[in-house]
Amino acid sequence: MTATPSVAGASDFADLTGSDASLRRFLHGLPGVDQVGAEARAATLGTRSIKTTAKAFAIDLAIRMVDLTTLEGQDTHGKVRALASKAMRPDPTDPDCPPTAAVCVYPDMVGVARETLGDSGVHVASVATAFPSGRAALPVKLADTRDAVEAGADEIDMVIDRGAFLSGRYLQVFEEIVAVREACGPAHLKVIFETGELQTYDNVRRASWLAMLAGAHFIKTSTGKVQPAATLPVTLVMLEAVRDFRDATGQMVGVKPAGGIRTTKDAIKYLVMVNEVCGDDWLDPDWFRFGASTLLNDLLMQRTKMRTGRYSGPDYVTLD
Amino acid sequence: MTTPFTYAPALESRSVVDIKPSYGLFVGGEFVDGGGTAFKTINPATEEVLAEVAEADEADVDRAVRAARTAYDKVWSRMSGRERAKYLYRIARIIQERSRELAVLESLDNGKPIREARDVDVPTVAAHFFYYAGWADKLEYAGYGSTPLGVAGQIIPWNFPLLMLAWKVAPALACGNTVVLKPAETTPLTALLFAEICQQADLPPGVVNIVTGAGATGQALVAHPGIDKVAFTGSTEVGKAIARTVAGTDKRVTLELGGKAANIVFDDAPLDQAVEGIVNGIFFNQGHVCCAGSRLLVQESIAEELLARLKRRMTTLRVGDPLDKNTDLGAINSAEQLARIHELSAVGEAEGAGRWAPPCDLPEKGFWFPPTLFTGVSQAHRIAREEIFGPVLSVLTFRTPAEAVEKANNTPYGLSAGVWSDKGSLILSIANQLRAGVVWANTFNKFDPTSPFGGYKESGHGREGGRHGLAAYLKGAEA
Repeated sequence: MTATPSVAGASDFADLTGSDASLRRFLHGLPGVDQVGAEARAATLGTRSIKTTAKAFAIDLAIRMVDLTTLEGQDTHGKVRALASKAMRPDPTDPDCPPTAAVCVYPDMVGVARETLGDSGVHVASVATAFPSGRAALPVKLADTRDAVEAGADEIDMVIDRGAFLSGRYLQVFEEIVAVREACGPAHLKVIFETGELQTYDNVRRASWLAMLAGAHFIKTSTGKVQPAATLPVTLVMLEAVRDFRDATGQMVGVKPAGGIRTTKDAIKYLVMVNEVCGDDWLDPDWFRFGASTLLNDLLMQRTKMRTGRYSGPDYVTLD
Repeated sequence: MTTPFTYAPALESRSVVDIKPSYGLFVGGEFVDGGGTAFKTINPATEEVLAEVAEADEADVDRAVRAARTAYDKVWSRMSGRERAKYLYRIARIIQERSRELAVLESLDNGKPIREARDVDVPTVAAHFFYYAGWADKLEYAGYGSTPLGVAGQIIPWNFPLLMLAWKVAPALACGNTVVLKPAETTPLTALLFAEICQQADLPPGVVNIVTGAGATGQALVAHPGIDKVAFTGSTEVGKAIARTVAGTDKRVTLELGGKAANIVFDDAPLDQAVEGIVNGIFFNQGHVCCAGSRLLVQESIAEELLARLKRRMTTLRVGDPLDKNTDLGAINSAEQLARIHELSAVGEAEGAGRWAPPCDLPEKGFWFPPTLFTGVSQAHRIAREEIFGPVLSVLTFRTPAEAVEKANNTPYGLSAGVWSDKGSLILSIANQLRAGVVWANTFNKFDPTSPFGGYKESGHGREGGRHGLAAYLKGAEA
């Protein structure tokens, strides 16, 4: 479905990443994003009417895409175990309900999650790199990352240094991502932009390309700690970026909106957007994820409604 | 997971609208029989007959004009602006209340997607009535005096049946005129539903009269000595005939005619949003838009990339049942119009332009045409000069801003244009050089009652909408 004028390898971009100046020239040379137009497009896609079989398909797909998340100072081993159990069997009354993609926890909880999940196939994601502010020295961030990977995380969610990005030190951000990816070893790297702090869609597009050039496996909107977190227009801009990046390099990068996605209705809007902006290839937990803590329960309630024709209630889905 | 995300049908219910088997004319506040031969109006998506509609002959038109004159002399022109405003506000509110019904009926009779009827047409219709209701008691401040013209004969096209009705009726009534309106013969039903709304609003009888019929009915209306003003939206050809008919009379005329708008994309444009604007510019309402951006002028340096993006986007357009809420492109309004689109597209191919359309399954019944683009088009091609009035885009390229302006202006029309660039100074400079009534910057096909609309050259004269729209219905103003 992609129509690419010329497919280049990522190595063709190598000379771009030699200096701040060359990186800036490239990132600022990307086509701009018109704010009004991007928001209008996102709003239009949000009016798609997804019913019956399409809705059932979307709900199961969304469940399989959830990174079930708890990132609180008060997290305990018990809480993480409960969350991991739920990730494996989201609906205890229905064995056909698919598991979520991953659970996402702080590095010190990775071991607990790993132990509970065993070989269930549910991934363990961990926010490392001095999450959520990212305000620590690079060696600290790398140690944080290695720690999480050693404890069993197979996905690392890193935050970029927004201060460096906003002050135009693109090379520093680039090199940090490269270094963290190296520290990840075999684990997959998701790069969090905290789009609420980057503010403009132009910045979001530039950050997307910067992260993709640095080798990110996924690009992710938010930590969930800053408002606004994930929005449809921000995700639209990131989806356009991964689509264009594949056109240019042949490589696929995933997208993960996180924070503030609570309802099935919202999740379906995101899936419609993935479908119409990037196409089928991205409609897969390997290439699209939802970072969410409360979304799963609404998906489960809607799923039960579709299955039984009746609404249950919050007491019919598990708390964690 | 390889299962594609196929959207299940999401049909809007037809049951919200009650279509009668036959409709009469609306004259003097009542539905009456017509003297002509009744004709059928069909659903262009299925070719199903929706209803039979009366044809107004000369005597019927005469009766309608007389009813309008009586209402003008005795009631409407004597009423204070404040009182008239009450009626217009009431109509606006009823339109909002019955919006779902209006949208479904518009979609059925016209073939346009319910999404557009629901989200664009009907809300804009209500907005027009609200807007001009606001002017009714403030005419003195508009600067055109406050003396109405009298009886207005209004003829509207089939592409936006309700919206064009609102553009015509709302300002006329706000200024104190009464009207005789003729909707297009293929899309008369929402105008007749509007007649019911006038009854529901207790509008004094004769203020709004609706005569249905085809060209002959329109001709009788234009030629009638009892009307003071002709307002027409439609083809340039018919507009010229109207101008000839009224020449030498003291009838005032506004004409809103065809277009062949240039949509200019510079190399620094926000590309993804430009693609959306191009799609909206030519595929909105199946391209049945007089201000459609039917000529895409792309800067040569980005032509290849932009076209790749545009084609990819076009493959996601959903063509089909207009009542499905997920349909992007509905049916062509009539067999006649479909034949014209086929004819001009064939000419485009014969002249050597590259034709492309995404793979798409068209329904077997009804009138359908896939979203289509022609590349390698030059100014000399007929498809670059003639209005196709369908989902067909001609793509041309340019190298410099001066060339873009030259090509954009090199057309007999001048209704609208679009400019796409991230550079504000370039947009302003280009917009100033374009000979078009509306120039959209980094957007396309945006309508608002506060904004005047109308053309240059063969796109007609006069303005509708905004404060300027009042001038067409007041004596103190030059039309």
